[in-house]
Amino acid sequence: MSVILNVEKLTKSFGGLTAVSNVNIQLEQGELVGLIGPNGAGKTTVFNLLTGVYVPTAGTITLYRDDKKVALQGLKPYKVCKTGVARTFQNIRLFKDLTVLDNVRIAMHKNVKYGLVSSFLHLPSYRREEKKLTEESIELLKIFKLDDKKDEYAKNLPYGEQRHLEIARALATNPVLLLLDEPAAGMNPAETAKLTELIRWIREKYNLTIILIEHDMSLVMKICERIYVLDYGMVIANGTPDEIKSNKRVI
Amino acid sequence: MKNILKMQSVRKLIFLALTFAIIQLLIITNIIDAYFQNTLANICINIILAVSLNLITGFTGQFSLGHAGFMSIGAYTCAIITLRMPTILGFFLGVLAGAVLAALVGFIVGLPTLRLRGDYLAIATLGMAEIIRIIFINLKITNGAAGLQNIPRFVNWTWLFIFTVGTVLLINNFLKSSHGRACIAIREDEIAADAMGINTTKYKVTAFVIGAFCAGIAGALYASYFYFLKPNIFDFLKSVNVLVIVVLGGLGSISGSIFAAILLEIISTFLQSFSELRMVIYALLLVIIMIFRPQGLMGSKEVSFSVFSKLGGNFKSGKSKLEQRFKSKKGRV
Amino acid sequence: MEQLIQQVINGISLGSIYALIALGYTMVYGIIKLINFAHCDVYMIGAYVGYFCMTTFHIGFIPSVLIAMVVCTLLGIAIEKIAYKPLRNATRIAVLITAIGVSLFLEYGTMFFVKATSRSYPEMTGIMTKSFNFGNIVISMKQIIILVITVVLMILLQVIVKKTKIGKAMRAVSMDRDAAELMGINVDTTISFTFALGSALAGAAGVLVGVYYNSINPLMGVLPGLKAFVAAVFGGIGLIPGAMIGGYFIGVVEVFVSGYGGSLYRDAVVFGILILILIVKPTGLLGKNTREKV
Repeated sequence: MSVILNVEKLTKSFGGLTAVSNVNIQLEQGELVGLIGPNGAGKTTVFNLLTGVYVPTAGTITLYRDDKKVALQGLKPYKVCKTGVARTFQNIRLFKDLTVLDNVRIAMHKNVKYGLVSSFLHLPSYRREEKKLTEESIELLKIFKLDDKKDEYAKNLPYGEQRHLEIARALATNPVLLLLDEPAAGMNPAETAKLTELIRWIREKYNLTIILIEHDMSLVMKICERIYVLDYGMVIANGTPDEIKSNKRVI
Repeated sequence: MKNILKMQSVRKLIFLALTFAIIQLLIITNIIDAYFQNTLANICINIILAVSLNLITGFTGQFSLGHAGFMSIGAYTCAIITLRMPTILGFFLGVLAGAVLAALVGFIVGLPTLRLRGDYLAIATLGMAEIIRIIFINLKITNGAAGLQNIPRFVNWTWLFIFTVGTVLLINNFLKSSHGRACIAIREDEIAADAMGINTTKYKVTAFVIGAFCAGIAGALYASYFYFLKPNIFDFLKSVNVLVIVVLGGLGSISGSIFAAILLEIISTFLQSFSELRMVIYALLLVIIMIFRPQGLMGSKEVSFSVFSKLGGNFKSGKSKLEQRFKSKKGRV
Repeated sequence: MEQLIQQVINGISLGSIYALIALGYTMVYGIIKLINFAHCDVYMIGAYVGYFCMTTFHIGFIPSVLIAMVVCTLLGIAIEKIAYKPLRNATRIAVLITAIGVSLFLEYGTMFFVKATSRSYPEMTGIMTKSFNFGNIVISMKQIIILVITVVLMILLQVIVKKTKIGKAMRAVSMDRDAAELMGINVDTTISFTFALGSALAGAAGVLVGVYYNSINPLMGVLPGLKAFVAAVFGGIGLIPGAMIGGYFIGVVEVFVSGYGGSLYRDAVVFGILILILIVKPTGLLGKNTREKV
């Protein structure tokens, strides 16, 4: 198994407040890892640092893919996405007034090759790629059972389906590393169980490495192969679910 | 599926051709006289302005209050070129140069300012338009505050029609492409768009530049139709006029902008003699729309040609009913 | 050298006006994040109220200023209640467009009733016509009065904002509207009060301008309003000291550019300052940086 993500000494300070301090994370290709901790521990801040929303005060973030190393720290979010890191948001950030299909199609934009002239004139390259793009989007929606709602406005979907759509949208960017920020938030046990299966399934099918933030311990313990525990911006423990369960510091 | 699309395109073409022909006829027979021809010109120019501003503000969510500035660049460039080259070639050159120059200024202004938030961006664009206006007042080549006169007139209904349909078509096509969707995503949620791999700065500037380009075309058409230019025509009030059209029609609706442009120009023509009252009504309209119906006439929806397909459908079903009757009669006989 | 000092003195007079108007912009932006486009027209209405007080009703200078302030206060509160309050939770673009609408309404409504032509304030008599000479430097009584009134009003404003309960409420609502409401602050009253204060200052500025420059017209607020807004942004939008500093800065810069030969581009320089500030440090001289939570 090869390393896909290496985070070293990651630190982020906002003025006098240090949100994240000296965080080290290593992910191997194909792993399903959890990131847990109390509210305010800095978990989403770590995600924001990984995806370029924040620039680290110190430390490095390195992504390994196709035998190449890419330094992610300091890259703008869209560039981070282009290297293969996708995410969902803690508070759903769907394109609410757009259709389900459009939400996914937009995520496919970075792979579009036809240029502005082609879009003005609807040249054959436009027609071809649009057709392919739309077909692929619908295929993706089928996995999440959202294809029959493809023309529905995203804001009209029930909450659980909105969360699914966010994941579908993230997948549409063709990532190698997927960051899920509280994917089960607000779900009941039945929905959470379905989600658990879904996450396992997409990891297999798309050969993904997944790191997820969650408060629902049943999901975390069931699905995560390894867990990082964050508190006050620092990693206080790191190990398998069993190890974490009995770790005194965590409790 | 392909057949349906082909039918829609054919229908649209017939509609456009008819519109052009009917109005051309009305002009030739002088049913639409010189006065209403001016109204027509204003409508076309305003459609181009509104649709291009809608691209920037309604679809990409960047609040621009300086559209008149781009228009003035197009107008003056075209005027200056055609005054020195009073041929049809000169006219084309003028329109092209005007649009390109406007787009260039849009790029220069847009790049640094488009990372500003909504209201800050609005004021920055307002400031930019004012700077352009002041520059034009003070340049020799634009003849300062006195303006330019006797600009060669090349624009007639044909050119108005071609340029208006052309710009609307181009912008509409753009919005239906992945690049257009990227712009719309920025309006919806810029942070999410960024996270999905969209270079938000690039697309904000792109929308801005395209909008400026089209405003430049509108300006050039204005110069070559009304053959008289003064810097103060292109002031903040002009930008606001375009904004009213876009807001009334619906931020995010192309057909809304077209309807609103036609509607407001007709209203404005009737209120011609009460110019202050007209502005008071415009102002009240703005406030009332924003309080009671901020989505304007059309919201972010478009008129589709399904209206025509319904008519066509009735025709078809009527035909088949006739056939059935005929057949059954035949059967009886 | 003497010309320099004269320019500075003239700049201070103009700066006082800009500061008074800028304060209204900055307070309203601070509390509801709105660029109140109509503010400059409240200033214009103040000038007209002063005009009618002094010409039609023959009321003296100071009472006219007070009446103008009262009328503008009421106008400002009315505008807030009618046009902005319904849109408290709307998008920024929506409120901005409404503000533009209110501004146009005031401008063209005034034009409709009192005609667009400029009117002149009556000539001042007695003590107001005095001026003091120091070599080649002239300081007119009008300039002194403008400065004195401006300083008095700004001191009053600081007292209200720093020492009274409502002032504290204003600061609280600017920071976090929902939290302030939960603490029992009447947000509506606080916002209305903010508009009242800003509009009162604008009304005073209007009369002062009428007396100083003599000529008023329905569109007199547009350019000064924009420049005062630039001043507010320059000093730090939302910050009261920022508006004061910004106002005087823009006033002095404008007079200098005008005086040293650039009167054609005088206005362009001010807009240039705006764009520069927005690009380099949008939070202004005294401002801090804030970020959106993701």
